[in-house]
Amino acid sequence: MSTRVEKYSNHIKPETAQNVSNASQAKTAQRVTALSTFFDQPEQMQIWASKVKGYVLDNLADLLLQFESKCQANGIQVHWAEDAKEANEIILGLCKQGAGTTIVKAKSMATEEIHLNKALEANGFQPIETDLGEFVVQIDDDIPTHIVTPIIHKNRGEISKSFVRENLGPETTIPEELAAQARAHLRSMFQAAKIGISGVNFGIAETGRIVLVENEGNSRLSTTAVDTHIAVMGIEKLLPTEQDLATFLPLLAGSATGQRITTYTHFITGPRQPGQIDGPTSVHVVLLDNGRSKILAGEYRDILKCIRCGACLNVCPVYRQVGGHGYEHVYSGPLGAVLAPGLEGVKAYGDLAKASSLCGACEEVCPVRIPIPRMLLQLRDETFRAGANTDHIPWRVFSMGATKPFIWKSGLMMVPMAPLVPHPLASAWKSTRDLPKSDRENFRKWWSKEHKNESTK
Amino acid sequence: MLTCLCDAFYGNVGIATVKVLEHLGCDVNFDGRQTCCGQPPFNAGDWKQAREVATYAKEILFNNGQTVVTPSASCAAMTREGYHLLFPDQEPAHAFELSEFIVKELGITSWETTKSYNKKIAFHRACHGRGIGLTSQAENLIASIPGVELLPIRNAEQCCGFGGAFCVVEPHLSGEIGKAKVETLLENQPDEIVSGDMGCLMHLGGMIKHDGNQIRIRHYAEILAETI
Repeated sequence: MSTRVEKYSNHIKPETAQNVSNASQAKTAQRVTALSTFFDQPEQMQIWASKVKGYVLDNLADLLLQFESKCQANGIQVHWAEDAKEANEIILGLCKQGAGTTIVKAKSMATEEIHLNKALEANGFQPIETDLGEFVVQIDDDIPTHIVTPIIHKNRGEISKSFVRENLGPETTIPEELAAQARAHLRSMFQAAKIGISGVNFGIAETGRIVLVENEGNSRLSTTAVDTHIAVMGIEKLLPTEQDLATFLPLLAGSATGQRITTYTHFITGPRQPGQIDGPTSVHVVLLDNGRSKILAGEYRDILKCIRCGACLNVCPVYRQVGGHGYEHVYSGPLGAVLAPGLEGVKAYGDLAKASSLCGACEEVCPVRIPIPRMLLQLRDETFRAGANTDHIPWRVFSMGATKPFIWKSGLMMVPMAPLVPHPLASAWKSTRDLPKSDRENFRKWWSKEHKNESTK
Repeated sequence: MLTCLCDAFYGNVGIATVKVLEHLGCDVNFDGRQTCCGQPPFNAGDWKQAREVATYAKEILFNNGQTVVTPSASCAAMTREGYHLLFPDQEPAHAFELSEFIVKELGITSWETTKSYNKKIAFHRACHGRGIGLTSQAENLIASIPGVELLPIRNAEQCCGFGGAFCVVEPHLSGEIGKAKVETLLENQPDEIVSGDMGCLMHLGGMIKHDGNQIRIRHYAEILAETI
């Protein structure tokens, strides 16, 4: 009767839960400092950013066409993919046209969403994740547990063990040494690869440029030191104008990693031009729908405003206990609890909406003010109506009592006996908590005594 | 609006609410036919049953032009956001949370009293206040009472893990979140744990008592009523 997140939480290693909890708490604190240093009124910027993304959603078809034609004018080839299968086919086709089988990949949740690595490997390619976190995920045959910090669930000791196993270097817990071990290994991959695949943080409709943010420099190598660059972009990742970046770059960096701006920001306008000595000779953008149009037309459309900063994951009390694996989807936390059922239906993922105490912290930190709690409630309603509800509390009995005062009052008289009820919900409560005593003063008795002359029905 | 938790367990909080409102010159009425706002089935996803309960509550409490005040941000939020989702075509109902009513409607920002309350208080801000734009209204009222020392709380934005049916349907998650909250609330050795929602306090108090701790758990309305 519980959600998959609750079930997972029963078996999580305490060390893993502690890793997630420590890191997410630190990120939440950094976010507040960064945003208030950068913006005079961070909350006003959130509201403004929400309006800009609202404009994008309202005008998505037109802006996408504008983006496509501007990209083409810049020499970027644009491909449209309706679903994951089509996206993988397009990307495979492009890779086959390119040289070699080694592919360097910059961090991209869109490619995680379509399970691109599996498709590439099945066709004889070797995709290499070059983001440090994603690299660890790949060598451990793991899946990311966070959209920004994929190995939030691992500590240095665990990472070093993996590196020793892969013969990358001796055991160490010094971050710089771990980074150097990965760097030495990845450098040879960058030298070998002729094809690079990345995601897109922002696509600018006005100019047909794609913008990428990162902190490690691997995205730069993956997109510029190759002959073919393929960027995979969810159709909602547009911004209308370059000017909007003045809001969105610091808002994303501050919300995601507590930085005022990321170490690297890439503006990719197209392939190598005549006279230029380096850069890719072909640049492609694959526009991925994969269920987004369906979301756009429904009640959860605001989730498409998301800029993937991960702040809602970091602040979520449930996410802090379990990390991303418990959600069994690429997108986890409050974002995932809306996006996963939005993309794949409530029958498959509707239970995620119940893995929330509805505390509202996610909406408060969201840089584009997505009303996640409201959508979790709507998803619970939809899941219930679809017959996919996982708990079976007899609410009909409750509502019968709560609409008839005489039943309600007789029910209240039985409250002192509640601790004796042998119901699974009662034992769930009692596992970690005592029940309140109901022998304190009774309001109704007090009221009729104190306010005798007034009309109490 | 008494709230079902105060009706069943915490009558003293309802009494304190009435005393505070009458002290401030309000003419308080209690309709004994009231039951629940409908939030439990609403949050559980059974909106058909939630509509039944909410329709009843609207009829009893909201259709006679009176101002509705309740000692729970959660129930107040339900009558606004919740009812709006349940009945998108109807005029929204509007219950005020007690501190919201005192501060925003009556314009009282500090508690005028000659009495003092010499306690170190760990104040837990109930999450559902976020839904109605509440911030530190209740804390400020309590802090203005002579003798009160409000202790700083680490990770103050964190939920207590109650979440209505969440706490019994997802008991392990709820318990772990609660444990983390209890730890931060007890960190600076408070005399009392105070909040503005009996849902949070029932959960936190239940956990603390389960651990054998005798620390007192109170609604802020009780402190306001005692220092009249």
